[in-house]
Amino acid sequence: MNAFTTLTSTVLPMPTDDIDTDQIIPARFLKVTDKVGLGKLLFADWRTGADGQPKPDFPLHLPEARGARVLIAGRNFGCGSSREHAPWALYDFGFRAIVALSFADIFQENAIKNGLLPVAVDAATHKRLLAAREGSTAITVTIDLPSQTLALPDGTKASFPIDGFSKRCLLNGVDELGYILSFTPAIESYEAKHA
Amino acid sequence: MQTLFDKVWQSHVVSQEPDCPVVLYIDLHLVHEVTSPQAFTGLRARGLKVRCPERTVATMDHSTPTLPGHLAVIDAQAAAQLGKLEENCREFGIRLYALGGVQQGIVHVIGPELGYTLPGKTIVCGDSHTSTHGAFGALAFGIGTSEVEHVLATQCLLQRKAKTLEVRVEGAIGQGVTAKDIILGLIAKIGVGGATGHVIEYTGQAIRTLDMEGRMTVCNMSIEAGARAGMVAPDDATFQYLAGREFAPKGAAWETALAYWKTLSTDPGASFDRTVTVDAAALEPMITYGTNPGMGIPITGVLPSPSDVADSAERAALEKALTYMGLEAGKPLLGRAIDVVFIGSCTNSRISDLRAAAGVMKGRKVATGVRVLVVPGSKAVKSEAEAEGLDAVFREAGAEWREPGCSMCIAMNGDQLSPGQMAVSTSNRNFEGRQGKGGRTLLASPLTAAAAAVTGKITDVRTLF
Ligand code: SF4
Repeated sequence: MNAFTTLTSTVLPMPTDDIDTDQIIPARFLKVTDKVGLGKLLFADWRTGADGQPKPDFPLHLPEARGARVLIAGRNFGCGSSREHAPWALYDFGFRAIVALSFADIFQENAIKNGLLPVAVDAATHKRLLAAREGSTAITVTIDLPSQTLALPDGTKASFPIDGFSKRCLLNGVDELGYILSFTPAIESYEAKHA
Repeated sequence: MQTLFDKVWQSHVVSQEPDCPVVLYIDLHLVHEVTSPQAFTGLRARGLKVRCPERTVATMDHSTPTLPGHLAVIDAQAAAQLGKLEENCREFGIRLYALGGVQQGIVHVIGPELGYTLPGKTIVCGDSHTSTHGAFGALAFGIGTSEVEHVLATQCLLQRKAKTLEVRVEGAIGQGVTAKDIILGLIAKIGVGGATGHVIEYTGQAIRTLDMEGRMTVCNMSIEAGARAGMVAPDDATFQYLAGREFAPKGAAWETALAYWKTLSTDPGASFDRTVTVDAAALEPMITYGTNPGMGIPITGVLPSPSDVADSAERAALEKALTYMGLEAGKPLLGRAIDVVFIGSCTNSRISDLRAAAGVMKGRKVATGVRVLVVPGSKAVKSEAEAEGLDAVFREAGAEWREPGCSMCIAMNGDQLSPGQMAVSTSNRNFEGRQGKGGRTLLASPLTAAAAAVTGKITDVRTLF
């Protein structure tokens, strides 16, 4: 797992609600057998117009998208399929955290396993952040995982939830499979009991 | 006092450390070509084996061709991915229902059909519609590829216990109203995030009177309300369905299993974190108009107007959806012309779905200019339908009768909409581009889809009976 501790970055807003995984990466790109290079397919169908040409005004194409490690979405980000290609594509594009009002369950699990931090904030914080971003494309935020806080450009801080285990995994880049394997004796005795 | 979910969860806890997720044992792991290759690569990189090949079952379904005779796989990349699955299954000793085999089909259709899906089991698959299997009183949910690797290696997953949501569907559904309309009605009511963080248990008279295929349709779309899983307590309908299935227990083992299965219901007095009720008698056939499954209305209804929506984000989403769909606020959907009808997917491709559609199409013709694809969920469904002559009904009407697979539900195999085309589909997702870039999807039941096929427009199937 990729570790996450603290991050200071500019932000890219895409505050639409219910952005589903078919938008994050359309299904026709799921025929790959590895995880690399999916960033160029991120939001593939939103990036191009009906004529197949790239839309210059699409958020990912704006100059300020370069270097932005934080995406701001709306409610229920990542709903839809369980494809882990969604966080792979977001991570490969360069994002390290998604700030949203809420996340779909499977997406959230998949994101954490890839070192992409889901930061769920309350509506007031969300609004302040978007308002600040409207004032300037260059605003930066700092996301600090140890203290579970998001520092806004106005100096205020908002806290965000994460369960203790995921937090420890992200901070230390823990290998979850290695952790489960450490339970092998317990798994064996479970199997013996239920055989 | 425990809920059904509590019982199945509790009996699969391998270990529970303080402030850590539970190590949960998985009884059955279903695998398909799209979400598994990277997991097998991970196993190999660590020099690990599949812990329980006998608890792992693979199928080819997502990118497989559905043209009669299984013509060539559409592209080299899809072929390579299918090849990888075959190679992985061979190397790790996993049973594979491969393309061309007599038992192949959509993963969520063949699991129950072959008797792999049983009450009380924990079932996972790298696929969000794994919730389908909950119809049998199993705890079944979708996982990502990292977790596929975890289950392959350890037969376990790290899980935090979800909350419980009872969806009580009381009363009886009317003629022309189906399981699909129950679930579309629920999602329209609670929204696509309405059950996030919860496992749903469906209860009430309308659920009890559904057959197993109807219950599968309901549980299938639990994920479209954001739920982790959907469950129905097993009963005689469940046991009758399972008796004699290839991998269901037999003889004395069946009796033992049956006694256990009968304990799998929510204890009277056990409480749910939340309860939502749906009045089945008030339901009409449902249809979606927008770009997520929560944007649905009764077939005789009118489209909502953005000006009536108070929340600005919701208003923007509605405007965006109507623009994408090319539909006008405040207008009815009835009478609106359509281009394509897709009858298939793990939601509605089982024999009862095909019978329902054929019942409407029998003796009628597909409307001029409309393309109709009927894609059975599995080879077994296909054979059964052919034995009953349903294929002839579809063909005579002018529909295409295809080989089993996911097909136009996900449009990975070449079966897809062209930009701007409007389709009535029995599948589960109407997201932008889901059935092909620029395609527009209206989700509905097989009855409503068949009514659209023969009239060329959105039609209330009850007017055709
Ligand atoms: S039919 Fe559609 S929803 Fe079901 S498994 Fe296949 S692609 Fe997924």
